[in-house]
Amino acid sequence: MFLSTLFLGLVLGGTYALLALGLSLQYGIARIMNLAYGEFMLLACFAVTMMFTSWGLGPLWGLLVVVPLGYALGWVIHTVMMRPLIKRSGGGGRLEVDTILATFGLLFVVQGLMLVTFGSDFTSYSYLNQGVGILGTTIAANRLIAFAVSLVIGFGLYAVLIRTRWGRALRAVALAPGSAYLVGIDVGKLGRQGFALGGALAAAGGALISMFQTFSATDGVVFTMKALIVVIMGGVGNILGALIAGLLLGLAETFVAAFIDPGLTMAATYTMFLAVLLWRPTGLFGKAGG
Amino acid sequence: MRYILSVLGLAALAVLPMFFGDYGTGLLVGLAGYVTLATSWAMFSGPTRYISLATVAFFGVGAYTVAVLNEVLPYPLVLLCAAGIGATMALLVGLSTLRLAGIYFVIFSFGLAELVRQLITWFEVNVTGTLGRYIFLDLEAKHIYWQLLALGAATLALSAWIRRSRLGLALRVIGDDETVAAHSGINLARTKLVLFVASSTIITLVGAIQAPRWVYVEPSIVFNPTVSFLTVIMALLGGATKLWGPLCGAVPLFLLFEWLSARFPDHFSILLGLMFMAVVYALPDGVLAALERFRRKGNGDKTAETAKEASA
Repeated sequence: MFLSTLFLGLVLGGTYALLALGLSLQYGIARIMNLAYGEFMLLACFAVTMMFTSWGLGPLWGLLVVVPLGYALGWVIHTVMMRPLIKRSGGGGRLEVDTILATFGLLFVVQGLMLVTFGSDFTSYSYLNQGVGILGTTIAANRLIAFAVSLVIGFGLYAVLIRTRWGRALRAVALAPGSAYLVGIDVGKLGRQGFALGGALAAAGGALISMFQTFSATDGVVFTMKALIVVIMGGVGNILGALIAGLLLGLAETFVAAFIDPGLTMAATYTMFLAVLLWRPTGLFGKAGG
Repeated sequence: MRYILSVLGLAALAVLPMFFGDYGTGLLVGLAGYVTLATSWAMFSGPTRYISLATVAFFGVGAYTVAVLNEVLPYPLVLLCAAGIGATMALLVGLSTLRLAGIYFVIFSFGLAELVRQLITWFEVNVTGTLGRYIFLDLEAKHIYWQLLALGAATLALSAWIRRSRLGLALRVIGDDETVAAHSGINLARTKLVLFVASSTIITLVGAIQAPRWVYVEPSIVFNPTVSFLTVIMALLGGATKLWGPLCGAVPLFLLFEWLSARFPDHFSILLGLMFMAVVYALPDGVLAALERFRRKGNGDKTAETAKEASA
């Protein structure tokens, strides 16, 4: 019981971490708090499901389709919706509130479109749903694959950010947007790329979660909340922090659900969130001050 | 003179149910409710610019308190209890979150309703063993309307008084620049907390007063997140920093949404979202501010505008 809960928690946490990475990039690099993030993810869930049920295209192949689409969608939204707000704010603190409200509107539009298209029923599909034995417990193969792919994407992204020139430029924009342009970095362009990259990660997370979880058109808000909590707990803009906080959240949820009450997972999440914020207002791995 | 006009206006509004049918009075209840919600929301969020998405958390707590206590206590005491519970909750939430930066507050308040709903559901299922309660109070729609009207008028009066008091001035300084406010000796945490508690208590009362409109109450009914979103967009449309702004936003939007939700129930959330974006992009400071700008431009009075902008 304990061991299987531990595995389930880690698997869930891995996908949470991936989800949160995208949001962390969008907020860290593009300075946009995207409240419609969960809706982006759900779009990927539905897309992968449709490809699987009507064309027989497995979710891992679906992943290869939705990730570039997620990037493109992020790019378009940044160009069409966010640029006017960035221009209007002139770099002031107003941008934060404006983007929250605008993406909030977007949340409802996308959610409404999904409700009209797919209805409000829970959706799922069955893919590699047989158990695999690990250390005396069994765990579904689809969860294991989702976990492995999340880790590959997460650490791959980490390597790109640390090792490549592009990654270094992205980190420079996240760290010091005011001075990054002094060394010849096009802050606007990289902000757009960071936002689009976040969209790609949302799509990846959605595709992976759809492999083992049921979902409905109104679930976006819950996913956004979880991603936000992970981002804040990990320290805004901290990739490694988001990975660790994601795993922690997944573990906390599965353990509360298994040993206390499945109805209290949200309460557990919130208690953790508040406790961390009161103890360290910039997150577990955030910079001091600020 | 102004007081006489207000009393006359209030009296005129109070006799409206006599001329309206059941449907019309129902509309009046909704209108009075949302005007009060938007005005009390703006009382805190307007000057501080902390966008609170927690309206329905307090609204739902108010409604649920009535559902739990309506057969145990006399009605006025039930309302008093609701106000007390709302104020206590606001105090707890405020003490733990108002020290956080604005963005964390938005996110926390965004999920608060969901948290409270989950806790109540869990408590009802596991401890009391009943999910869902009945409210048997012989209150008609017009009685509810009168109570909301009184609460709305009191909220507007309180808002007007706060704007003129030292507290209002302190709030405006906080909204402009927290660092400056702290350096000029304003107790940031206490000022924000007082306003948050006052605004949340009123919101709780709106929920409590409107509760008898439902005969059957369940957490998923009273914690409907749309209430929070509508409140925010109404206040922003009118202009959250102006005394009459939320009212000017709430009246047309409520009627519009009422019409839209009857006509296009399936597309309602798309329309709501588009409306939200329209307000953010086209009317960032609200209708009242836009009207003022327009009028001043018409008069060609440029100096007044720059002076106003410098002081705003």
